[in-house]
Amino acid sequence: MWDYTKSVMDHFSNPRNVGKIEDANGVGEVGSLACGDALKLYLKIDPKSGKIEDARFQTFGCASAIASASALTEMVKGMSLEEAKKITNDDIARFLGGLPEQKMHCSVMGKEALEAAIANFRGEKVEEHQDAQVVCKCFWVDEEKIRHQIREHKLKTVEEVTHYTKAGGGCGGCIPDIKRILDEEAGRAAEPKESPAMTNLQRIKLVTSVIETKIAPTLRNDGGDIELIDVDGVDVYVKLRGACAGCPGSKATLHNIVQETLRAEVDRKITIIEVK
Amino acid sequence: MSEFKQVYLDNNATCMVSPGVRDAMLPFFGELYGNPSSMHNFGGQVAVHVKAAREKVAALLNVSPDEIVFTSCGTESDNHAIRGVLEASPEKRHIVTTKVEHPAVLNVYRFLAKKKGYRVTELEVSKQGDLDLDQLREALTPDTAILSVMAANNETGTLFPIDQIGAIAREKGVIFHTDAVQAVGKIPLDLKKIQCDLLSLSGHKLHTPKGIGALYIRKGTRISPFMIGGHQENGRRAGTENVPYVVALGKACEEAMNDIFDENNRVRKLRDKLEQGLLSVIKQAHINGNPRWRLPNTTNIGFEAVEGEAILLHLSAAGIAASSGSACTSGSLEPSHVLMAMQTPFSYAHGSVRFSLSKFTTEEEIDYTLKVVPTVIQKLREMSPFYDPNK
Repeated sequence: MWDYTKSVMDHFSNPRNVGKIEDANGVGEVGSLACGDALKLYLKIDPKSGKIEDARFQTFGCASAIASASALTEMVKGMSLEEAKKITNDDIARFLGGLPEQKMHCSVMGKEALEAAIANFRGEKVEEHQDAQVVCKCFWVDEEKIRHQIREHKLKTVEEVTHYTKAGGGCGGCIPDIKRILDEEAGRAAEPKESPAMTNLQRIKLVTSVIETKIAPTLRNDGGDIELIDVDGVDVYVKLRGACAGCPGSKATLHNIVQETLRAEVDRKITIIEVK
Repeated sequence: MSEFKQVYLDNNATCMVSPGVRDAMLPFFGELYGNPSSMHNFGGQVAVHVKAAREKVAALLNVSPDEIVFTSCGTESDNHAIRGVLEASPEKRHIVTTKVEHPAVLNVYRFLAKKKGYRVTELEVSKQGDLDLDQLREALTPDTAILSVMAANNETGTLFPIDQIGAIAREKGVIFHTDAVQAVGKIPLDLKKIQCDLLSLSGHKLHTPKGIGALYIRKGTRISPFMIGGHQENGRRAGTENVPYVVALGKACEEAMNDIFDENNRVRKLRDKLEQGLLSVIKQAHINGNPRWRLPNTTNIGFEAVEGEAILLHLSAAGIAASSGSACTSGSLEPSHVLMAMQTPFSYAHGSVRFSLSKFTTEEEIDYTLKVVPTVIQKLREMSPFYDPNK
């Protein structure tokens, strides 16, 4: 039997805010029957103040999935969207006094449903998985999500990645890919952020110039555009604009065009992070 | 809510120790502490009980006592059967089994395939969990060292026709091992009629404490010893006998012989009452496995649009113990390999619950369960995004 906290058992046994909001203006849905858990989050947001007036949920899942959803709705009610956006899956787990390591993906599901609901309210298109980047075909987990969780929680092993993302927990066919990603991420963390050959300022200048001269023109041809937001070591933060912003192929664009060009021209360790 | 402290419907996982078994064991924690191999009276008076226990186990299976080897558990019996046979016939490199075996068999074979280079054929099952016997026959080749097919599935209770399978194996000259851990004591098994060479059984599914099992080895079967040391168990499984537990297993087999009629009548009726009661009240629910060829004590029901762990924890809060093939309960992320092999739809694979009864189950307990389960399913469906009452 799982070692659930009293709070998890309380939110599981007496979940708060169960049900739909008929006039919800932000709805986020993640998971599926096949995956074994799913969460549909309904938010009622005051369009003027951006305050979350009501939050309800429907869920299919285990005790910790139900408890995470219940906790999430309690946390966001009364928050502004900006505050809500800052909620992490760890915050959800903490609210419940902790979750078993193997169940952390339930809190991640809550965080993702919240992101999806806010995006829905703002009229942003929720990103679809790009087939090419899906690592775990059993639970449909893409590479970006795996990298994100590895960085955020300093994950070291395939098992930990499975606990947080479910990736690798099915047929196990993607375990070599997860190992490769872990190795790459470990390599990034181990190497100094700035190579001695280049100062951060030089790097920013070079990145700016490559984006302006080599990347932006390609995107503009398709009615899109790109804006450089920040450069932090080898992490390059960009925002896609115009036709690119809502384009279902935007992930592929970021990966294949922006990241590959910058890796070739500036530094092979560069990772592109999209700012929404 | 709970008018019963506990309703135990997880007897395929383990059983209550029968009071008769417990009483039979007690002297062996007291004055009867001798080593049955010793040449003095302390040992001699204990050896008598070990011999009697062996005879009782043999009687339940209708075999000769010297064909019974005591082991520590069902898993050891399976390991002994499989590895012992392979070691005795090192020239044969092929194994046939099914996709729905217990991990004590399946993981042994997967290990042997990966680490020792054996070719392993895992037979598919139908959506009801049945084997295709023509396929089984075709899978057996002159290179096949052993065929392992369970007698009854632990999750669904589905029975495999081990009498027919034994005949096919005999015809093909392949050693046939059956993991009968769930079947022994629940259905009559007459090994004079069933042509298996090796049969594994476990005490704690028969109301002994955990820690005792047995392996039936038909006379003349080529098999290497599992543990080497002293002469115990005819040199097949060295190590001083676990006397209190051996006695317990003997007593449990004796009780099973007396109770098997009850199991197939009273217990079966209670199981049917539970199953029909649940299916008539709860819509969008399905029996997993073959409803006809099944253990009398087991029902596995898949409830659509709800998840097994959540069901079990609500049941547990009401005092009812059951188990689930859902992902979350096992700590893995996929539904059980048995449900997956049967291609159970995801709409209810994750919401599958196994109720397994025993001779100690009462009608009042079933009535109580019939009251509780529908409310739990209803509560979870009310919060499920996938539940459509009008479907």
